[in-house]
Amino acid sequence: MSAQPARAPGPHGVTTESPIVRGLLILTAAALLLVLVGLPLFVVFASALGHGLRAYLSALRSPEASASIRLTLLVVAIAVPANLGFGLAAAWVVGKFRFFGRGLLVTLIDLPLAVSPVVAGLVYVLVFGRQGLLGPWLERHDLHVIFAVPGIVLATIFVTFPIVAREVLPLMEALGSHEEEAALTLGAGGWQTFFRITLPKVRWGVLYGVILCNARAMGEFGAVSVVSGHILGRTNTMPLAVEALYNDYDLVGAFAVASLLTLLAVATLLVKKWIEWRSDAGGRA
Amino acid sequence: MRRSPHEWTVGPRRRGRGPLPGFGPALGFTLAYLGLVVLVPLAVLVLRAARFGAHELIAAVTTPRALAAFGLSFGASLAAAAIDGLVGTLIAWVLARYRFPGRALLDALVDLPFALPTAVAGIALAALYSASGLLGRHLEPLGLQVAFARPGVVLALAFIGLPFVVRTVQPVVGELDAAMEEAAATLGAGRSLILRRVVVPQLLPAILTGAGLAFARGVGEYGSIIFISGNLPNRTEIAPLLIVTKLEQYDYAGAMAIALVMLLAALALLLLANALQRWTLRRAGEELL
Repeated sequence: MSAQPARAPGPHGVTTESPIVRGLLILTAAALLLVLVGLPLFVVFASALGHGLRAYLSALRSPEASASIRLTLLVVAIAVPANLGFGLAAAWVVGKFRFFGRGLLVTLIDLPLAVSPVVAGLVYVLVFGRQGLLGPWLERHDLHVIFAVPGIVLATIFVTFPIVAREVLPLMEALGSHEEEAALTLGAGGWQTFFRITLPKVRWGVLYGVILCNARAMGEFGAVSVVSGHILGRTNTMPLAVEALYNDYDLVGAFAVASLLTLLAVATLLVKKWIEWRSDAGGRA
Repeated sequence: MRRSPHEWTVGPRRRGRGPLPGFGPALGFTLAYLGLVVLVPLAVLVLRAARFGAHELIAAVTTPRALAAFGLSFGASLAAAAIDGLVGTLIAWVLARYRFPGRALLDALVDLPFALPTAVAGIALAALYSASGLLGRHLEPLGLQVAFARPGVVLALAFIGLPFVVRTVQPVVGELDAAMEEAAATLGAGRSLILRRVVVPQLLPAILTGAGLAFARGVGEYGSIIFISGNLPNRTEIAPLLIVTKLEQYDYAGAMAIALVMLLAALALLLLANALQRWTLRRAGEELL
């Protein structure tokens, strides 16, 4: 770079690097990303298919794997709509109104993202577990929360709780309220305004929030691990099945289930790219 | 939520905060949900832990094993955040400044650690860096043991934290004012001086914010680490794992004491992140004025 002052300030050297430096930077960044992030992705599929496609498919059809897939689908079918409802309500309140304690509310909504998933699992054990606050009452009524599906659902809701709200809130705030006000002046009802005006305006944010929430809910491990009790075929979600199979040295089985979760993550990212492209190209026009 | 929608329609006598309806019910629902799902359970942890008394709690978090676990969780997260600060800034710079074939693919890869379940990341990294793994078999002869040792913990945390730095720094690089760099060059500054005195100071708040987010995420991280760390007490055992171990031994006091420290650390980091964000915004505001 010391050879540059001889040249008149051009596009190179002043506000960008020389082609050689630029090439080196690109190669370094690409190499770092491929080794740090790309290789783990590759290893998942390479290990899952290491003993051939037949072994891969039969690993996925094992009772343990298919039970975990069913349980995970059940959990997200409850957790994601619950958090969608919360996310929309929270985004409406925080995005459209100014009130005392608004900043505190936003911080509290973010709280579950900052809390260790293990702590999240622990607090539910303390509330619903046998030694817990509601434990004796639940036992008398023969209700099972911890080491059962309700606990897994609750832990999943806790961990993925802010995701929809965080995606929708900035959009809701940035897009303003003029159209809603116009609709109300013209006699539209509250719900009608929300579903016809507000929701379409923030639809890409809602869609991405739901998809991300779904991916995180399906993949949640720490919190669910604490409350599930690891009962084979009963309370093992897909990530817990990955752990159980891995610890049993069933690597093909572990990576086969892991490959499904990885495909889910990749699909989530593709949808994100598509949404970004949509809202850049079509949404603003 | 049981009120009929008609009550929310705008009317001549409707009072409230601005013209939009639904503030009360939506706030009520938000607070009830937040309270039941998050705040009450967390309060139960604090109240039940408080019953044990300060003496017992402090004793539980100052055992050599607990101190080693805290040291590893915080130390490895700090190291990983520093690595992410450097690597993530480089990647953000390249993605935001240069156009080259394959850029879109690299850009998509950045978000993968965020979307990939932690347990999947954990077994993939363990398989990759174990003595027989694709990378481990080349590193082990060099005397570099990654899996089942502390470097493995740092590596897993660097993996998890990378998107936080890249995604915080990348938009700031994209919005850097080229005129400032041009002005510095016109005044005779070389490229390296411009980078040091003009570019880096503008990026620093974003880098710190991103690294702070990566650090906060790393302190509580569990799934991606336990497969690669080996989980040896006093050596490669992280604090969240110690909570799980104590819980499995029905040592509720010990589990709660460690969880309480983790919760307080999370709160402190959350407030710090908010302050950092305000500082960043204020700096941006001053530049505009």
